[in-house]
Amino acid sequence: MNTSTQAPVDSPTPSTPNGPADLLRFTTAGSVDDGKSTLIGRLLYDAKSVLMDQWEAMERTSQRKGLSHVDLSLLTDGLKDEREQGITIDVAYRYFSTPARTFIIADTPGHVQYTRNMVTGASTADVALLLVDARNGVVEQTRRHLFLAGLLGLPVAVVCINKMDLVDWSESVFQTLCADAERVAREAGVRSVRFIPLSALLGDNVVDRSAHMPWYTGEPLLRTLETLEVPRPENDGPFRLSVQTVLRPHTTEHHDFRGYAGRVASGSIAVGDPITAYPGGLTSRVSALWLGNQPLTAAHRGQSITLELADDLDVARGSLLAHSDQPQPVESQQVDATLCWLDRAPQVPGAKYAVRCATAEVRGLLDTVDRVLDLHTLVYTPTADPLRTNDLAHVRLRLAKPLATDAYATNRVTGAFILVDEATGATVAAGMIRA
Amino acid sequence: MSLTYAHLDELEAEAIYVIREAFAQFEHPGILFSGGKDSIVVTHLAAKAFAPAKLPFPLVHIDTGHNFPETMAYRDALVERLGARLVVGSVQASIDGGSAREETGAKANRNRIQTVTLLETIERERFDCLMGGARRDEEKARAKERFFSHRDDFGQWDPKNQRPELWNLFNGKKRPGEHFRVFPISNWTELDVWHYIRREGIELPELYFARPRNVVWRNNTWLPVSEFITLLPTEAPETRSIRFRTLGDITITGGIASDATELDDVIREIESSRQTERGNREDDKRSENSMEERKREGYF
Repeated sequence: MNTSTQAPVDSPTPSTPNGPADLLRFTTAGSVDDGKSTLIGRLLYDAKSVLMDQWEAMERTSQRKGLSHVDLSLLTDGLKDEREQGITIDVAYRYFSTPARTFIIADTPGHVQYTRNMVTGASTADVALLLVDARNGVVEQTRRHLFLAGLLGLPVAVVCINKMDLVDWSESVFQTLCADAERVAREAGVRSVRFIPLSALLGDNVVDRSAHMPWYTGEPLLRTLETLEVPRPENDGPFRLSVQTVLRPHTTEHHDFRGYAGRVASGSIAVGDPITAYPGGLTSRVSALWLGNQPLTAAHRGQSITLELADDLDVARGSLLAHSDQPQPVESQQVDATLCWLDRAPQVPGAKYAVRCATAEVRGLLDTVDRVLDLHTLVYTPTADPLRTNDLAHVRLRLAKPLATDAYATNRVTGAFILVDEATGATVAAGMIRA
Repeated sequence: MSLTYAHLDELEAEAIYVIREAFAQFEHPGILFSGGKDSIVVTHLAAKAFAPAKLPFPLVHIDTGHNFPETMAYRDALVERLGARLVVGSVQASIDGGSAREETGAKANRNRIQTVTLLETIERERFDCLMGGARRDEEKARAKERFFSHRDDFGQWDPKNQRPELWNLFNGKKRPGEHFRVFPISNWTELDVWHYIRREGIELPELYFARPRNVVWRNNTWLPVSEFITLLPTEAPETRSIRFRTLGDITITGGIASDATELDDVIREIESSRQTERGNREDDKRSENSMEERKREGYF
């Protein structure tokens, strides 16, 4: 079946010469006043991601506002204008890179009415970046952000204690805040938290070490982001690949080729490994692995590959492939999940939706809505009401056909799903499967 | 087990995933191919996504009739090499058919009326998904664009009515007449595109490299002299070492003075130009392009 003249390799590409080492995706949440825009502006500015025309526009606007310095928050401060203009508050993506790393920021507004945006921004992030105003301490919004970071399975949070200049660069203020936030993060299930005292406005501990806080021995924010190790349980977890499409070239050269195309959701797989395909649980062995035209001996989490099996199984788009000797996914017509209601229209009890989990799609309905989260107290309480925009709730779904899934806590790909309104096509809710 | 999972590997894997999702979720997808580097990279990624099968959907070229000859030669060679189907939407045909009206005057171009031809082509070929090489870092207004961007039955983008995109779950459900634009390299920056071109050894049209070219200075840029532009009495063509940062209609694609004749030179030039631009930030040179204007263009 292997018609390539190339020898199979473990890793398809050498590390890029001169290129940044890897990619870190982080999400920020914060209100207009806590200095978030200024902080991101400063990161972009110091990472040389501000182009001249952007800079000139900021200078002019700053002058018009009568400021003596260039207001860095203007770089990202679309949100404020948008609120005044009544435009949807949304997630904005920003990019910068340093020689050490490339960064993607999912920037979201932090207020309670934008929970769905925070959930959206956090869904693709590895790290949550939070701002705490040193004068105000750990407030409700901080607690909510940490709670959502834990819920969405972000393993690391970086908490910036901002506006240290307004508390006389006080170490004891910083230490008290750290202890408070640490406790909240532990309750929220965030595994690792880093704390940095800084002033986004003055630039202290953002890129350069602060001269005002010699008692702080840690790294400034940028260096922290560059060196942060992000544990990804999916790297070492059981192998999963959700089939996107089946490649059948139908050419004389590749007459019998039948390749299952998909992105490795977790774990690793090697040629010869035993495979179990869901739904159904039929088994075979991996006969070949490909990345484009390059044959591989093994493939790892994150790679978009094509996989051939030794036997012809009934495998199609939506099939989930697992390594037969590793923990298996759960196949069921009933799913317990935490659901975030995204749609502007409230939930219609009894309505049927398309449930998309990885590449699988089945019809389903919300059997029960047990409890809904009070976004202020962060306690789930029983409810009889239909779900509304921004609601988070514990629900049970009933499915028309069995679906193979994992708990979201162990796999952010095979444990996540969306509900789609089949009449309008709208994505109405996002769910995370509970064990 | 050592993972050499560099950021370009991740961006590539993400883009291939998006392209395969577009193929699987739509009935009549295509790649919008301009001959520019971004659409060349998307085409390269698509070929990789479906290997060893051939590209399972066509390249779609909206032909303004005002082309760089090099772009056309490159396009035809690429289509030939990939064994792909080419769909051409002709702006001239839209003008001849009366659905588009040619601009007049010395600075006339066909940039705006391309949209008419694009929508006609979508309707004629019943495309329900066109993939493009647009990136979120290109301008502020694009920072919120989705991978799967929904268009109504008039082909319009409504920023207020875009679907939330969570995890890697892309929702291409649509009603009759609606279609999607899909942007596989949304998360790439300009430099990522160039580094990837170098890593993959992707061939580019010569236009991207500095060569002696016959140009005229207009609108703060070096415009190539061609049969399609009318020289003003004050304009005198000259030969300079020029390369193009982006490619489009020959009548509006301006070049920059450059000595970057090789790919490595171009990458070095782009890397350092960003720093120089920042280094010169105190210059009181005014940009025509205010942030507010760009936002309006993006939103409305």
